[in-house]
Amino acid sequence: MSALSDDHLGSLRGLLDYPDLTGTRYEIRRKLAVGGMGSVYLAHDRALDRNVALKVLTIPDLSGERAARMMREAHVVARLEHPGIVPIHDVGRLSDGRVYYTMKYVEGATLEQFRQPETPLPDLLRLFQRVCEAVEFAHSRGVIHRDLKPANIMVGPFGEVLVMDWGIALAATLTRDPATTTPDSRSERASEAGHPVPGGESAGSYVPTPNTAAGTILGTPAYMSPEQARGETVDHRCDIHGLGAILYFLLTGRAPFEVFDSPASPDRIRKGEVTPPRTHDRRIPRRLEAICLKAIAPSPDDRYQSARHFTDDIVAYLDGLPVSAYRETPWEVALRWFSRNRFIVFIVVAYMVVRFLLLLWRGI
Amino acid sequence: MIRDTTAGAGAGRSAFPPTRQSAIIALRSGSDPERRRALDTLTGIYWKPVYKYIRLHWHRDSDAAQDLTQSFFLAVLERDFFQDYDPSRARFRTFLRTCLDRFIMNEDRAAGRQKRGGDHERVSLDFGQAESEIHLTVGEDEPDRLFELEFVRSLLSGAVDTLRQEYHTGGKQRHFDLFERYDLDRADSGEKLSYGDLAGEFGLTIETVTNHLAAARRDFRRIVLDRLRAMTASEEEFREEIRTVLGIDAA
Repeated sequence: MSALSDDHLGSLRGLLDYPDLTGTRYEIRRKLAVGGMGSVYLAHDRALDRNVALKVLTIPDLSGERAARMMREAHVVARLEHPGIVPIHDVGRLSDGRVYYTMKYVEGATLEQFRQPETPLPDLLRLFQRVCEAVEFAHSRGVIHRDLKPANIMVGPFGEVLVMDWGIALAATLTRDPATTTPDSRSERASEAGHPVPGGESAGSYVPTPNTAAGTILGTPAYMSPEQARGETVDHRCDIHGLGAILYFLLTGRAPFEVFDSPASPDRIRKGEVTPPRTHDRRIPRRLEAICLKAIAPSPDDRYQSARHFTDDIVAYLDGLPVSAYRETPWEVALRWFSRNRFIVFIVVAYMVVRFLLLLWRGI
Repeated sequence: MIRDTTAGAGAGRSAFPPTRQSAIIALRSGSDPERRRALDTLTGIYWKPVYKYIRLHWHRDSDAAQDLTQSFFLAVLERDFFQDYDPSRARFRTFLRTCLDRFIMNEDRAAGRQKRGGDHERVSLDFGQAESEIHLTVGEDEPDRLFELEFVRSLLSGAVDTLRQEYHTGGKQRHFDLFERYDLDRADSGEKLSYGDLAGEFGLTIETVTNHLAAARRDFRRIVLDRLRAMTASEEEFREEIRTVLGIDAA
């Protein structure tokens, strides 16, 4: 009998799960990850001589429902052409009938791996801003991700940020609600341009979508919005919660619904009870904490109503401007103004000191 | 005498029909030949894990471990150890390891009263090879993990041998060579090898390499799943085993 080393065992175990790529232009290299519906492999595209990530359905699918979902996922992502969203290259069926699609292979780290305690907060916030922009774009195309979390964000070697795993994304249907949409609203203008925009005053115009598949609640508990955890219908504001949960992680290093590295109790998640970020670390700025808590508010109505509004607050924070989520005291306004105009204050103070010294010298 | 059903030519073929039924269920058969065949199948896959477990977990030297392995499988045959197995309560592997632990403790107690071995029937097993593989497992202290790892090693090693044998007799040696070169040797060496490299090396087209490798992987998977099915008592346990032992979701 052959003596197999542990390396052999790992390789052969992976092999048992390898999809049969006969008839395609891809050759398999190794398994990269296992998702809810399928596995992702590193494959080589012989035609274009490049590596790609190949996702294939791996769980039994007697009804064909999962294959249909994967095909839908491929189509959903394919229409999201944005630098912050992983592009789809190809979609098809293997010889055994299973659906697969290939996408850009991103080398880098997930946001979960990228965030280190010593990573400067402004750097993290700028990355986060790009995540928000990608999600905002998806919403503008009527697509809700529904499983936003740090593990689904890749940070590439050149600082590029890509939102991954649109496996449970939903293409929501936008309908105009005359009662809530005004002729000059952003959604109206965007709709005219063929780009439905959720959020803001037009948030109610989204047709809510069921959050279950075959009776299963979709999403990741530690980052899940309360309405998802309750199995209710969701709209794009569950992604606002997801973004807020990512911000929570960036600030504290942990998920909002996490207790000692395990997901919090289902009841806490359903109620949306989170520990404020500053409880974990008093150095977290109050304004950022307020932004984060607004984004993960238990009620969707209390959250930012669009990813754009959320991004605006992040940018305002980075620029030292007031944020909508936090009412400052006069003292905080003064401190922020001082901090933002530090250089000018320094010049003025220096000028006054010099003038004073000159006057003093002449007086002598 | 119990044959080592996984060693050498014809490994695993004579022990149980090609499309395997559960050897665990067959152990309860009223037919002696069928029970014997089922036990041969179980022994074929489990004797190495048992031997290495005794060596590493019970810290016995090679001679003592050989003696205990022989005695254990003979006792299984003579005393119908596995008749008490209830699939609803535990996996077969867990049950077998519990039986083994009890057996060794009992043997230890009896050691002072009676010298083992001597005129007993011997099981034909290649302990020399098992001993040469011990170094692959050293470092794993957790008993369950150790036993599971050795079970997987035995399962997959036997499957590779069966595949080799099937392809040799079926005139598909080239298929196996490709499989061995790409999926076994490359894993060991970490060598970067593409299908194009293989095509050049074997004088084949890339399409042929792709097809041969796909066929070999398909057959390897079939053999592994057949062997695993024989080691489980129910469809539920089988699916649980392929998920936990092999880390895959679909059969």
